[in-house]
Amino acid sequence: MQDIKQFVESGQIARFPGGIHPPERKQPASEQPLSRVPYAAELILPLRQHIGLSGQCTVAVGERVLKGQPLTDAALHQGLPLHAPTSGTVKAIEQRPMSHASGLPEQAIIISPDGEDEWRERHPLVDYQQHDKAELLDIIQAAGVAGLGGAGFPTSQKLAQQKPVSYLIINGVECEPYICADDRLMREYAQAIVLGMRILAYITGADTTLLAIEDNKPEAIESMRVAIAEYDDIELRVVPTKYPSGGEKQLIQLLTGHEVPSKQLPIEMGIIMQNVGTAFAVKEAVIDDKPLIERVVTLTGECIEHPGNVWAPLGTPVDALLDYAGFKPEKDQRVIMGGPMMGFTLPITAVPVVKTTNCILVPSKQELPPPGDEMACIRCGACAEVCPASLQPQQLQWLAKAKDYPALEENNLFDCIECGACAFVCPSEIPLVHYYRQAKSQIRNQAREQAKAELAKQRFEARQARLEREKEERLERHRKAAEARKQMQQQQAEEAPQQEASHDGKSSAVAAAIARAKAKKAAQEGGNAAAEQPTGSQPEEKSKKSAAVAAAIERAKAKKAAQQAASESEAGADRSAGSEASDEATAQPRPAQDKSAAVAAAIARAKKKKQARDQEDKQ
Amino acid sequence: MSFKVAAAPHGHSQKKTNQVMAWVVFALIPGVLIQSYFFGWGVWFQILIAVSVAYLSESICVWARERSARQALRDNTALVTAVLLAISIPPLAPWWIIVIGTLFSIVVVKQVYGGMGQNIFNPAMAGYVLLLISFPVQMTHWLPAAPIAPYDLGIWQTLHTIIFEYTPSGYDVEQLRTTIDGISMATPLDGVKTALDQGQILAEAYQQPMMASLAGIGWQWLNLGFLLGGAILLQQRVIRWHIPVGFLAGLLIPSFLAHIFAPSVMPGPVFHALSGATMLGAFFIATDPVSAATSDRGRLLFGLLIGVLVWIIRTWGGYPDAVAFAVLLANLCVPIIDRYTRPTVYGHHVGAKHDTE
Repeated sequence: MQDIKQFVESGQIARFPGGIHPPERKQPASEQPLSRVPYAAELILPLRQHIGLSGQCTVAVGERVLKGQPLTDAALHQGLPLHAPTSGTVKAIEQRPMSHASGLPEQAIIISPDGEDEWRERHPLVDYQQHDKAELLDIIQAAGVAGLGGAGFPTSQKLAQQKPVSYLIINGVECEPYICADDRLMREYAQAIVLGMRILAYITGADTTLLAIEDNKPEAIESMRVAIAEYDDIELRVVPTKYPSGGEKQLIQLLTGHEVPSKQLPIEMGIIMQNVGTAFAVKEAVIDDKPLIERVVTLTGECIEHPGNVWAPLGTPVDALLDYAGFKPEKDQRVIMGGPMMGFTLPITAVPVVKTTNCILVPSKQELPPPGDEMACIRCGACAEVCPASLQPQQLQWLAKAKDYPALEENNLFDCIECGACAFVCPSEIPLVHYYRQAKSQIRNQAREQAKAELAKQRFEARQARLEREKEERLERHRKAAEARKQMQQQQAEEAPQQEASHDGKSSAVAAAIARAKAKKAAQEGGNAAAEQPTGSQPEEKSKKSAAVAAAIERAKAKKAAQQAASESEAGADRSAGSEASDEATAQPRPAQDKSAAVAAAIARAKKKKQARDQEDKQ
Repeated sequence: MSFKVAAAPHGHSQKKTNQVMAWVVFALIPGVLIQSYFFGWGVWFQILIAVSVAYLSESICVWARERSARQALRDNTALVTAVLLAISIPPLAPWWIIVIGTLFSIVVVKQVYGGMGQNIFNPAMAGYVLLLISFPVQMTHWLPAAPIAPYDLGIWQTLHTIIFEYTPSGYDVEQLRTTIDGISMATPLDGVKTALDQGQILAEAYQQPMMASLAGIGWQWLNLGFLLGGAILLQQRVIRWHIPVGFLAGLLIPSFLAHIFAPSVMPGPVFHALSGATMLGAFFIATDPVSAATSDRGRLLFGLLIGVLVWIIRTWGGYPDAVAFAVLLANLCVPIIDRYTRPTVYGHHVGAKHDTE
């Protein structure tokens, strides 16, 4: 920690290994002022927009919604609510293709804007410092703010860490070619971003805020420099242009000279990183009570007539954006959501802008030639040379092709940040990142399968043990019952001569016999099972039995709860396991019912016996 | 409308394997021109035969393995192997020498192991060693360099010699390399080694006619030619500096030290640097990425190992030159070098863990 402090205070910029310098191509998009895209005929708002669970839908089809009105009710701290980007009616709630490489459909709320753009009631905050941190976090959470730079992690969750923060790093690096959304935002909204940074610093309690910008954005650097001038605890760090210096781990290495230890979060080093776009969204949420309903999207590529950056309402279909910018598709056109290094191609453009959409790139074949045929790896090591994580990509590639998953983990596959630098330089044009992603998901699947198999095994073994135990208990019961019967027969045989001998006890013996008979009758009415039981069964045995029954009931309850929990967590991921569990559950109630009948009979028996004894006493 | 699906990243540096290999061949041109100037037309015929045999045999192998022959040939790796082998052997070696060597390199060393990228050994050097061990006479019959050569062979005479093993006028290669005095001319490395073995001192050994300059007539220029080619490869970033620097350090530092301690019997670094296959080995052969170590540190070590082995074998071994043997021995060590020179992955430095405590 001390080392980090020393380094940061010295104002140095460290370097990270590897990295590449692909053509930047931020112009001409970066030179056009931000414009606003008109509302599309329909806005598609997928319920799940970011890491975490999706909220429950709180609107119905046909309902009129106001701009900024929440549409989903986010489960506390597990997800973020979604808001209406403008006023209009809920046209449908249905499955729509998602902004994903697969284009698979997911549940979405479709809104037809009514053109009035009528806001819900708003409560702007005059002085955020009058409110405590928890309150501000709630506001940020309720405004649906997610990290706008990368994976879209809920901002409030990232900020709510209960650990001391020394440095708040605001990431304005934007190292990926073409993308200039943050650049434009910094040029035009510097004041608002700085206010957002102040709020973030206030919430995290960070001592120093470091604002990092790549040196290829002189205008943004200038505008931010002016905006932060009055604050002593905000420092500007201009980092040299190199991809991927905007990656969280790489930027931390650049600014602190230290690496984030593997499998740990920056917070362990006392660092929190937020994107400039997120800082802006936090300001809007806290000060203006404006939830996250729009974002800056770069529209670029040679197949667009008017490249530039736009304010796009969330839910705007990509084809509407492309129409707005003048899209001239060529043969085998690629439409990339995100940048050329880490973006993914969209099979169809009827998908919406979501919280993490920073760029729509429609390149021509000249500017980004499609990949040629994959050739064999010649172990040239160009990939290792550019890997910012110092991995051995060629080695990982061999292992991924051989599906040697243990060796992949040993070679730290999971430290790969999928920046794509290796595939960019690979002379054999091997889609390396593709192989790593596949291997990663295979390993994750395997781990999941293994955990599931382990659970099933445990369940099976527990069930076997229970069946075994029950069988033994049953046998034990039968044995005891048989013994008791034998004993009684003996007793009766002994009692007969005794009764004749003793006149004193005769009347009481008769009363007892009558009581016994009555009890027997009652027990017979109680059920067949009870009839089999001897009338003179010991109270001790009964209590044992009822305990066993109670235990059985408890077991059944526990199993049901477990099954519910399992079905909730797995959510039909594995049908076979689910059906197995439900088989078990349906099999369970039957013995329980039998047992409860036995219990009733036993209780009835006990009552009769007590009555008989009372009578005896009275006599 | 549906659009094309592709995996990220969507851009590429546009430097491709076939271009890398083509650059290697291109960078060999100065060396080959110098070789052809000093040692006759033979090298061109050897290259011609080697490339034809390599392409043909590679096509057949790839076809037999049910892969695209067109694609396999397009990567230019067979071209590089063939040219390297062709310029390593004596220019007047009979045609069947280069045919056998190329066949062995392509079929056994490369394709049997699974084709491009899969071979453990440097194909050209494995082929060279096979030839050297099997046909030591033909493989050591280098003619003296042009300025001191007793005969000057034209194109036709050269071709005739390669095909029929004697010139149209009936001289065989042994006769061609014999001076009027009846002394057969060896390569500088061979000559010096033989002289030292016979108990002469270095000064005496350097008296031989082929040594009448820095490190042997013709050979020093040949090495400088390959050095120039190596510089082109470095400048074009086709190769990185680690292997050549390791190689030259491994060869020159021991020879320099040995020369200081025993100046009369240990040839100095200049002689080692500019004779035999030093520069060809350092920049073109040891740098074959497939059979070399992969990390930067590993490559430095790999080069160093080759350099030291070359010096040891040249000094005490049974053969005058040693690049091929040294390269193959180092190829064998690559897996272990790779294992122990893996760079520390981001977030795994001991210091990184320490800082969080």
